[in-house]
Amino acid sequence: MRHALSIEPTPTSIPRAADQANIPSPPYLEIRDLWKSYGDFTALRDISLDIGKGEFVCFLGPSGCGKTTLLRAIAGLDLQSHGMIRQGGRDISILPASKRDYGIVFQSYALFPNLTIEQNIAFGLENTGRPKAEVAGRVAELLETVGLPAQAKKYPAQLSGGQQQRIALARAIAISPGLLLLDEPLSALDAKVRVHLRHEIKALQRKLGVTTIMVTHDQEEALAMADRIVVMNHGVIEQVGSPTEIYRHPTTLFVADFIGETNKFPARVLPDGQVEIGHSAFSCPTDGLAAGDAATAVVRPVDIIPHGADAHAVHSLDRPATPQNLIDAQVHEMEFLGMFWRTRLSAPRLGDQALVADFSVNAVRRLRIETGGVIQVEIPRERLLLYPRGA
Amino acid sequence: MSLAIDYAPPGKRLRQQTSRDDRVKLGFMAVIGLYLIVALGAPLFVMLSKSLSTYRFDLAAFEFQVSDETGKTWADAVTAEALNRDLGVVTEKDLATNSDGRLAATKFFPEFNFRSPVHYRIRGTADGAAFLVGSTLEKGIEWREYDSATFRRVVLRPASTFGIENFKTYFSTPALARSIYNSVLMASISTVVTVSIAFALAYALTRSCMPLKGLFRGILTIPILVPSLLPGIALVYLFGNQGVFKDWLLGYSIYGPIGIVIGSVFFTLPHAFLIILTALSVADARHYEAAASLKASKWRTFTTVTVPGARYGLVSAAFVVFTLVITDFGLPKVIGGQYGMLAVDIYKQVIGQQNFEMGAVVSVILLVPAVLAFVVDRRMQKRQVALLSARAVPYAPKPSGRRDSLCFAFSCLVSLFVLGMIAMCQIAALVKFWPYDLTLTTKNFAFDLMDGGGWAAYANSIKLALLTAIFGSVIVFAGAYMVEKADGFRLGRGVFHFLAMMPMAVPGMVLGLAYIFFFNNPANPLSSIYGTMTILVVCTVTHFYTVAHLTALTALKQMDPEFESVGASLKQPFHRLFFRVTLPVCLPAILNIGIYLFVNAMTTVSAVVFLYSTDTKLASVAVLNMDDAGDIAPAAAMGMMIFYTNVVAKLLHAAVSRGLLTRTQAWR
Repeated sequence: MRHALSIEPTPTSIPRAADQANIPSPPYLEIRDLWKSYGDFTALRDISLDIGKGEFVCFLGPSGCGKTTLLRAIAGLDLQSHGMIRQGGRDISILPASKRDYGIVFQSYALFPNLTIEQNIAFGLENTGRPKAEVAGRVAELLETVGLPAQAKKYPAQLSGGQQQRIALARAIAISPGLLLLDEPLSALDAKVRVHLRHEIKALQRKLGVTTIMVTHDQEEALAMADRIVVMNHGVIEQVGSPTEIYRHPTTLFVADFIGETNKFPARVLPDGQVEIGHSAFSCPTDGLAAGDAATAVVRPVDIIPHGADAHAVHSLDRPATPQNLIDAQVHEMEFLGMFWRTRLSAPRLGDQALVADFSVNAVRRLRIETGGVIQVEIPRERLLLYPRGA
Repeated sequence: MSLAIDYAPPGKRLRQQTSRDDRVKLGFMAVIGLYLIVALGAPLFVMLSKSLSTYRFDLAAFEFQVSDETGKTWADAVTAEALNRDLGVVTEKDLATNSDGRLAATKFFPEFNFRSPVHYRIRGTADGAAFLVGSTLEKGIEWREYDSATFRRVVLRPASTFGIENFKTYFSTPALARSIYNSVLMASISTVVTVSIAFALAYALTRSCMPLKGLFRGILTIPILVPSLLPGIALVYLFGNQGVFKDWLLGYSIYGPIGIVIGSVFFTLPHAFLIILTALSVADARHYEAAASLKASKWRTFTTVTVPGARYGLVSAAFVVFTLVITDFGLPKVIGGQYGMLAVDIYKQVIGQQNFEMGAVVSVILLVPAVLAFVVDRRMQKRQVALLSARAVPYAPKPSGRRDSLCFAFSCLVSLFVLGMIAMCQIAALVKFWPYDLTLTTKNFAFDLMDGGGWAAYANSIKLALLTAIFGSVIVFAGAYMVEKADGFRLGRGVFHFLAMMPMAVPGMVLGLAYIFFFNNPANPLSSIYGTMTILVVCTVTHFYTVAHLTALTALKQMDPEFESVGASLKQPFHRLFFRVTLPVCLPAILNIGIYLFVNAMTTVSAVVFLYSTDTKLASVAVLNMDDAGDIAPAAAMGMMIFYTNVVAKLLHAAVSRGLLTRTQAWR
């Protein structure tokens, strides 16, 4: 694969990191056996992670999962109890924050309220021996970069939340740090501003090629922005992978459950390689599980395919094969969510538990799906995920 | 995916490399911590040990030998105890003394003549026995020989024992022990009256639509600007022996409980009023709307919404008033007459009888209710914070004719009381001889003709107030900054915060007395500041430390805690962030601390009354001393000078704040 990399057209382009194996060696940021405990509470357990130069990595997880603790350990703001961190080949494990090399942006913006926008951005540039004119030039350039050239003389309180966060970003990158840390930078903003700003941050990160770590609890944000996502829970890393990997191939039940919506059913592996859910057998990959094992079967609502009253009559072009795992279901509730319909189905073959399925507006119209009606739905074999019970 | 392992890895917990910033911060904290230990912890400790020390002449510990006229032949050694048994020169009662007690050795030799050629030998029978020859201290069991002329100057020192002897003496002295009851009674009555009035006023200001709210608010805070002696003087003029309204008391005397309660209500009212006002201001309009929608009557709404909403404020105000009254010294000194109060007892024991140990005992007793009130109050305040909801909707009262007029009438009445007291002092200061000769005069302001320190005392007070405001603001703010913003040294910060909270629980009299014990000790290297302006400044800063500390802490807590993180990530030293951001943003709070310290330094009497010297007499103490000497009109005049000064200081503070705000805080 090496020769393929060598003919990449732009040398600054970001490695399309997909998993640990693709990280150029040595990695830019190495975290080894990191632990953090507060009294009896263990916030981080044996974390090891490599991040390549120029990568955009998201730490994703529910609140209290340790993602912010990990970020603050990297920043030297909350020292880990044990473990090593190396940045650019330098051991920074116990260095104070001021001796590390990073810029940081917080959810609260943390702009200095009594300084103008200009003075805020220049804060890290002054006092470093740079001539005044150079500082002013750099500030103007940064304001241009974040798209707020006219606001230099204003005070933070006079700007909107989105504008303030851009200034905070400009201040953080002003000193050209080797690492950019973003601690829930978009969480305090309105939904629209959030979507807009996440594109801008991503574009800026690509342009600068700066290694970036963002902490978020918003899976959509992580999926949209990250090259790689680190999913965390209870102080451990559950899975590391590209957004599509995380979404399509969650390696643990927690990840499957946390990313996107899921239906969960108790299941048991049958001797013929199929699984039993409710009262019937379904075809499903059973890697790593033996016959008789208890498991949890997971399927996402969007993966369920509707087939109208008689699936065998309608053969869609992209699914030429005979559908597998086809079941009858009655529509109990339909909820219109704009982009699609969310339905609650009851299928006798699945037992008492309701099945939630999302159907496109188009499909609902075409197949005349309505509350009380009976349809056939397919649970595609490769979309039915199986996890050992209790995992 | 990592495996969850339920044990921590072996090896020591990592420790962050300390940066230069950390070391500088640590250094600062150590300096300010040391200040609090020297200015508060150590003096209180010494005072506590004093209260437990009893001094008594141990006659069995000294042995004498007398020579014949040749000075060569010695009689048998005999103890002082044996000599006293024969002579009876020192009674059992005289043996009990204090640390300064001295007993002349010649007392045991009735035939002593300093011209005689007879020689004397003296020694201790135990190591602890000590005696003085002139001012030279001698100790030990070696015989020492003196001729008669020198022996004349030999005095025995008492032995000190540790125990609760002093407390036993205190409680077996009815006049003293009764003060506990008196003080608690006066404080309780004043608390009930003050809190009721303050609640009604705060209610009027927050729940009615009466006019002139701002004016009432201003008038009701006036008593803060005068020493607590001043209402006492006003009461003397109004209801005293020559008082205009003497008859209103139906034969009862103003000197005593009545005067103490009225005066206490006057000077504690603003404190209670402001606390309850704050508590009522945070009311949630949604509770009132809910009550109205449930068709609750006005009275029901009042008892189920208004009062419970302010209950922590009420409790807090009650404790503040109780502590203020029980620890106040100025007012009962002026108006208390023969009615014994704890704070006055300390003064009488120390200044009147020079009985420092007993002063320390009363101080310890006075500490108990003050510390108790303080602890309960702190707990209450913590709960009050939890009560606040960020989503509360501010309550806006609707006009109601009857309620508004009632509120207005009541506010007028109380304002009249406050203004009347001040006006009485003003008149007293300006007329020749109340109430017989009402011609205006300025002779009462000729302080230099009277005892008390004259205009120099007034100048000293201004100097003290300015120095306290400047140094106090710097020390307090730096200390609060270290508590709030330094990382690590958790234990050090905890101890520091505890020390900073302590002064609130320590009455001024107690602090002042503790300073005497600690600083007026030749063995203390800091004893050189005793009797100087420095000790007055140190004492005053310490006395009012807590409220200033809390003000600074509140301001600092309102700042984004991530400022420091951002500063570090931008590789800026902490002092740059401090001077560029923290200080400017907190400037209004710092100015508030400054004016608070200034006003209190001008009015305080209790702590400094033990510490001033002839060169450092103060205006507030002059009020006390002139009143004591019977120069009541000049005392009132000096009190008014303090009032004017504080008013001017307040106005200046407002102007400076506004000027600075518009210049440096354009962002607000």
